[in-house]
Amino acid sequence: MRVRVGSVPRFGPGPVARTVIWIIFSIFFLVPILSMVEFTIRTAKAGSYSLDRWVSVAAGTSARQERLYDGLNNSIVLAIVTILLILVLLLPTMVVVELNFPRLRRVLEAMCLLPLMIPAIVMVVGLAPVYSSVSRIFGSGSWTLAFAYGITALPYAYRAIQSSLNSIDTVVLSETARSLGAGWWSVFMRVLVPNLRRGILAAIGLTAAVVFGEFTIASLLSRINLQTSILLVSQANPFAAVIFALLALALAFLLLFLVDRLLSGRRSGSSKG
Amino acid sequence: MTNISATTEFAPTVTAQRAEGDGHRRLLRERWAKLPYALGLTPFAAYVLLFLAIPTVVAVGTGFFDDSGEFTWNNLTGLAEPTILRAFGGSLVLSGVTALVGAVSGAILCFALIGSRPGGVIRSLVNSACSVLAQFGGVMLAFAFIATVGAQGLITVTLRQNFSINLYEHGAWLYTITGLMLPYLYFQIPLMVITFLPALDGLKPQWFEANATLGGGRWTYWLRLGGPILMPSFLGGLLLLFANAFSSFATAAALVGQANPIVALQIRQAMVSETVLGRANLAGAMALGMLVVMIIVMLGYSVLTSRTARWQR
Repeated sequence: MRVRVGSVPRFGPGPVARTVIWIIFSIFFLVPILSMVEFTIRTAKAGSYSLDRWVSVAAGTSARQERLYDGLNNSIVLAIVTILLILVLLLPTMVVVELNFPRLRRVLEAMCLLPLMIPAIVMVVGLAPVYSSVSRIFGSGSWTLAFAYGITALPYAYRAIQSSLNSIDTVVLSETARSLGAGWWSVFMRVLVPNLRRGILAAIGLTAAVVFGEFTIASLLSRINLQTSILLVSQANPFAAVIFALLALALAFLLLFLVDRLLSGRRSGSSKG
Repeated sequence: MTNISATTEFAPTVTAQRAEGDGHRRLLRERWAKLPYALGLTPFAAYVLLFLAIPTVVAVGTGFFDDSGEFTWNNLTGLAEPTILRAFGGSLVLSGVTALVGAVSGAILCFALIGSRPGGVIRSLVNSACSVLAQFGGVMLAFAFIATVGAQGLITVTLRQNFSINLYEHGAWLYTITGLMLPYLYFQIPLMVITFLPALDGLKPQWFEANATLGGGRWTYWLRLGGPILMPSFLGGLLLLFANAFSSFATAAALVGQANPIVALQIRQAMVSETVLGRANLAGAMALGMLVVMIIVMLGYSVLTSRTARWQR
């Protein structure tokens, strides 16, 4: 351990270089966000600031605010349905391939990473006709967009779950459980899912991030989600739109940070035990 | 295989046949036993077919038909229009430059993180900030940069009032390809950090020690060990960043008003416009063009990595 502590910082940058790198990147990433904050507290008179707009957003009296809530609601529903799709369709498939069809692993990987290579705008061109039949079957509720979002989230969810799958010995675990009399379902639910907890949580977080940030498909299929509603409102009330954008950013960051802390706390605890 | 010695004369052939039959039967039984699992794969396969394969095929297919459903090459030749060629050029430059700059800057940022402990608070901060910012494209990002370096942005105004520097001396650059690069880097660098950091964590301290034992310095280490080991991950990140920028649409859509300097915006224009007939199919042709670009980039990537991957396995 002593050797490691001593040698790790040496092949990284020295303290001066490190500080310079940090300062440059902090400026690049923080200034736009500070500028957004400054924009929302501007008043008609240059140089004077007020929190009025934040107060009116908090009070719910800001113009067009209900539209933003519509978009937010739709995005929450979409995130939940997309996460369910990932958990019901992708997760069991990955486990079955891992256990029973190891030869298909490469095929599944290629299939899941493909959406990274197919621009969303290309998919939209083809999704328009598909969605005209989807809405005939499922109606035209905004949640149906989740079918398309499941595909865009596929690469991120796949990579998160796969890295978890790689870190445990799936075959040994499941054969042990089966030899103790467990059926497929209890192997899956009671042995594998708890062991894949980290990957599954990461997949859920990433899927939610993808859904809340999605604009292209919703915009071109004329659906309302958080992003399209922010664009719509920004034309009439840019201040409320920016405040919402800032709140969404802060909320997403806090959520991911908490999940990350929770997971790394568990990880270091279990690796010592 | 139970009574092998029952009839000595026929024994060899019988057992052979029987073993063969058993083998077949066992194989069949195994196949049958696997059937429920194979069926378990169908929902996912059907889903991917319906919402990934069919849309892609349809998108590309529409490029080969005209409004009345007749086969035509006209849409493909329409790609040679100067505006569309310029848009492809714009997309390539924008994606190429932001991928390269983003990948190098992201790698530098990862490099500065080497000393920090995986699982520590700094890591959590960087990880969650980068995950959020990597998905931060689109409308909100456009706002952020308008508020920063837009005509009335914080930096623009500060520079104008205090240093009498006019950022807009050469026109509204923020709304052009060059201007788009800045906001694009804002999501490209974090994406590089999340994809590249795990690879950097994979470097074992023992390798550095081995290098030091053999008399190598820091430069030798990075040139001979670290660099080559990280190269495939770096190229993978570069490819991901290129694909990410190339397919990005929302940021440009929110920043750039009427002009359509990149392909994604041209496709929207072709899809939405109902005044110009036959444009909807041109969208299909442009979609095909984008896919061709992606395929070429993928091939280049596999050629580049096949050499490094060979000795790593």
